Amino acid sequence: MAKYIVKRVIFAIITILIISLITFFVMNLVPGGPFNGEKAKSEAVLQELNARYNLDKPVVQQYFMYMGKLIQGDWGVSLKTGREIWPDISARFVVSAKLGGAAILLALGFGILLGSIAALNRNKWPDRVIVFFTTLGTSVPSFILATILLLVFCLILRWLPVWNPDNPNYVLPVIALSVYPMAYITRLTKTSMLDALSQDYVRTARAKGVPQGKVIFVHALRNALIPVVTYLGPEVAYIITGSMVVENIFTIGGLGGAFVSSIINRDYTMIMAVTMFLAILMVFANLLTDIAYKAIDPRITFE
Amino acid sequence: MEANKEDFKYKKRAFLSAQIDLSKFNKNDFEKATEEEKKQQDVMGESRTFFQDGMRRLRKNPLAMMSIFILLAIVVIIIVAPMICPYSYDTIIRVDGKRDRGVVNLGMMQYSDMEIEYMERTGEKLFPHIFGTDSLGRDYFIRCIYGTRVSLSVGVVAAIMVLIIGVIYGSISGYFGGKADMIMMRIVDVIYSLPDMLLIILLAVVLNENLGPLIQGTVFESLGSNMIAMFIVFALLYWVGMARLIRGQILQIKKAEFVLAARTIGTPNGRILRKHIIPNCLSVIIITTALQVPSAIFTESYLSFLGLGVSAPMTSLGSLANAARDSMQSYPHRLIIPAVIIVLIVLALNLLGDGLRDAFDSKLN
Repeated sequence: MAKYIVKRVIFAIITILIISLITFFVMNLVPGGPFNGEKAKSEAVLQELNARYNLDKPVVQQYFMYMGKLIQGDWGVSLKTGREIWPDISARFVVSAKLGGAAILLALGFGILLGSIAALNRNKWPDRVIVFFTTLGTSVPSFILATILLLVFCLILRWLPVWNPDNPNYVLPVIALSVYPMAYITRLTKTSMLDALSQDYVRTARAKGVPQGKVIFVHALRNALIPVVTYLGPEVAYIITGSMVVENIFTIGGLGGAFVSSIINRDYTMIMAVTMFLAILMVFANLLTDIAYKAIDPRITFE
Repeated sequence: MEANKEDFKYKKRAFLSAQIDLSKFNKNDFEKATEEEKKQQDVMGESRTFFQDGMRRLRKNPLAMMSIFILLAIVVIIIVAPMICPYSYDTIIRVDGKRDRGVVNLGMMQYSDMEIEYMERTGEKLFPHIFGTDSLGRDYFIRCIYGTRVSLSVGVVAAIMVLIIGVIYGSISGYFGGKADMIMMRIVDVIYSLPDMLLIILLAVVLNENLGPLIQGTVFESLGSNMIAMFIVFALLYWVGMARLIRGQILQIKKAEFVLAARTIGTPNGRILRKHIIPNCLSVIIITTALQVPSAIFTESYLSFLGLGVSAPMTSLGSLANAARDSMQSYPHRLIIPAVIIVLIVLALNLLGDGLRDAFDSKLN
């Protein structure tokens, strides 16, 4: 187990390094620097600015300087606003994390519930209704769902207020974010629940006279949830990237929105910071899932 | 020996033998079968190939058949409509060669005042604006048609690229195994663990800016640098899933007797791969490719929605929906139409993919 974890941690660190390399060099391929936008600046001012942010040095040297600082916890300064990046990112992360966390909890709760109902009523009407809605749920892109929700509930019916940072109303963004993972978890739970219900240990439990509820929740569901756990890691990645459009539509100042606007503004340090932050988050979410997966399923052996 | 068995001698079976005791039979017990009896042994049903068998199962699936019908209908419409409709996706509508200021933001099936006046004057019937017009006075129906064309072709081309790269990479890795397999699969692992959406957005922006001058004057120019950037992104990142799947399949099939037999008679590696192994992975390849199309359409519309997709005046369903957001309270149909088309296409492709899996995946039957 320890050997496996060490191997996986090393792999995760290598992945993060590769992402940092790709991002840094790809970003520098964009023609035009961050300062040749808006107003025309004189040569001297441009040179001064480039020298100040080390943009006049070779790209390779810039990369090592950047990574050196990052390891010490220095995320740098935004090239557009001139402010420290770290307080900005962490504040935005709190917003995104609240949104994503609520969406994941909603998706997990309803997904497992609906999936179990569908499996227990296989080929009867509850199953058919649930299958219909999960197929629909995986076919509607989050940006369409979010826009339609905004249009119907905020603008036409006026049941819910438009997003306001001082008094945030999370209902619509959370629904928009959670529908896809909810549909996916429902499908996953249904398949693995059906598989678990046909296993010998479930038959044994029934033959022993274990009550129906206990058979379902203790014997079948616990084993059926293993694939759901493995989905949760990539799920974090989905929620964070999926939130880019949802945050954009509801004008929520989260991390996803910051990523998109930093790319459009060519704010190099901001692009790099957001990418690294999200990459570290996603890679470690995957790492934890892999370890958890092996820990909860004793059938899997460590190679 | 008895008299009626004269010219017929069966050996008596050995002691304790489990064989049938032939000495108990005589010649009359063994008649030659007549022609009629021989015919009864012929196989009556026609032999069916794997593909025919799958198609028969697919035809019994109403959802999958409905999806095929919807997709065919959409394809026919996007091919035929631009031939019938006199408007173009990027030109502002003019009446009788003159600029018409009233033609913007028309509702569905509406005409502008100038058009009505023109029709009354000349008696000529103008082609209706089925979905109205947009804020620049362009016909919205034809823009939706072109948007669907772009979105569908992005999906199909991306799926084909994923198919080609994934199948070649996966089959080489799985078939040769050993060190080559290990190195190739480590590369796949790394690409697989990259946060794809982040890199897609980053690459789409960067490639888009760099490709512009590169493709000027070539055939690719008409496609636009955004489209090509998107294809490159799909080709770079999305093949890994396919490659993994194919490798797994090949590892299984590689051990089968017919591959061993082919190898014993000295069939070259390339031929074994092409003739024996890949045809046996075909069902997995078909299903995965079918499911790849909607996911590519998803990504494309997502990028276009963020304003990073195809560039104006060309349009896609995602960019149409994005453009409609500003005025969605006044003209909700402009948002709903592209949204419905995306959902319809993705839903039909997903259902078709599920149907194909049920019909062709022998492990499920």
